[in-house]
Amino acid sequence: MRQDFWEKNLLELVRRTSTDLPGDVELGLRQAWKKERRGSLASWVLSEILESVELSRRNSEPICQDTGTLLFYFRVPVGFDTNAIVARTRSAISKATRQGYLRQNTLDAVSGAPFETNVAPGSPVFHFQQGARKTVDVRLIMKGGGCENVGQQYSLPDARLDAGRDLEGVRRCVLDAALEAQGKGCAPGVLGVCIGGDRATGMEHSKEQFLRRLRDKSPVLSLDRLERRTFRDAQRLEIGPMGLGGRTTLLGVKIGMLSRLPASYFVSVAYMCWAYRRRGAVLGPEGGLHRWIY
Amino acid sequence: MAELEYPFTEEKVRALRVGEMVRVHGLVFTGRDRLHRFLAEGGTCPVDFHDGAIYHCCPVMVRREGNWMVRAAGPTTSVRQEPYMAQIIAEHKVRLIIGKGGMGEPTRKACREHGCAYVQTVGGAASLLASRIQRVLGQHYLREFGSADALWMLRVEGMEGVVTMDAAGKSLYRKVALASKRRMKELLQ
Repeated sequence: MRQDFWEKNLLELVRRTSTDLPGDVELGLRQAWKKERRGSLASWVLSEILESVELSRRNSEPICQDTGTLLFYFRVPVGFDTNAIVARTRSAISKATRQGYLRQNTLDAVSGAPFETNVAPGSPVFHFQQGARKTVDVRLIMKGGGCENVGQQYSLPDARLDAGRDLEGVRRCVLDAALEAQGKGCAPGVLGVCIGGDRATGMEHSKEQFLRRLRDKSPVLSLDRLERRTFRDAQRLEIGPMGLGGRTTLLGVKIGMLSRLPASYFVSVAYMCWAYRRRGAVLGPEGGLHRWIY
Repeated sequence: MAELEYPFTEEKVRALRVGEMVRVHGLVFTGRDRLHRFLAEGGTCPVDFHDGAIYHCCPVMVRREGNWMVRAAGPTTSVRQEPYMAQIIAEHKVRLIIGKGGMGEPTRKACREHGCAYVQTVGGAASLLASRIQRVLGQHYLREFGSADALWMLRVEGMEGVVTMDAAGKSLYRKVALASKRRMKELLQ
């Protein structure tokens, strides 16, 4: 393993994720802007967003000052030294913080003291899987606190929503989450949903939906239909960008599934803000760059 | 578009209406959780907030050749300061609160009583908002509160926002929320 290659490319991954909004998200925002009425507040919000995104990319500045929870997803070859990659990633995070691509955003939950490099218990978050390839696939999602605060987890049946243990019940939960969020998650955002799992895996899997591309479709027909229906329905709430009213309340809905216990039926909903920072890279085992993803 | 220049007098602020776009110029203070709590608990501050604006923001600041440079300066969620805001408006005669997501009932009432308005800027437009900051004039409490919660004094030019809570007691968020709740009922038929 070439430590210098790994550190250089991981640091560049963080810089890109923080400053360069992925093309599919920017396209979604641009299409939303075209749908809003000229001169409306919604149109103003989206044009400010698009202008700011362009500025961030050009100046290599953070898209949003809340650089968020750092969620890393690695797929590594069998026998790969994951301890070493954790050490390299922590070092890259520390550098990225010193260079201003990440804000000092990590606090001791008991004392309130900041962890100055963003390396702390629970930061960054690592997910590892093993794959058949000889290359390493690494993805980073940066998810801010504002949108994290408006995520929800429902346990069905839910009397308040009149939601039973079926896809209609799931639809009610998803719409309720969008309604409660209003603009507070920095709408228009994307909902990541998981049907099933336990409370922990359900919430995790709902966030893993953000690894999907914005325009993709679920391979499961019933989930594809539900994604499209809830997306259409949420727009009809007309909460709009930043909750100021408008035709675009969400940029997308992505729904996944995990098995569940007979006794439990969780619907976990994660809210990703419009600043949907998600990038990745395929690296060789030495750390050399093969290509960027997204 | 209303052009608002510091000092933001009560007369100017009472003339603003919900839904109106504004451009802010001049001195603006940033403050967040720790500063608001400090002020509400009677902390004395060397800054005079009278006819001033508080921007709920935790900027990313770096030091370059002895000067502070702003790298990102988008708004933070304002409602976290709700426990302290009404009192601060009353005691310090703050005229503009700039942030994201609006505030609660006590603040709305304080805006009406004392002549204050809430201006929403675009959440996450950190680069664009940073570019509207002409100069960092100084800071207070950097050491005590950390850079996230420090009181930064900024000179801004052309900072755009929309009035979402006015001094007449109206709130745009309430209007949008009520309308969306009605539409939700239809979607659940």
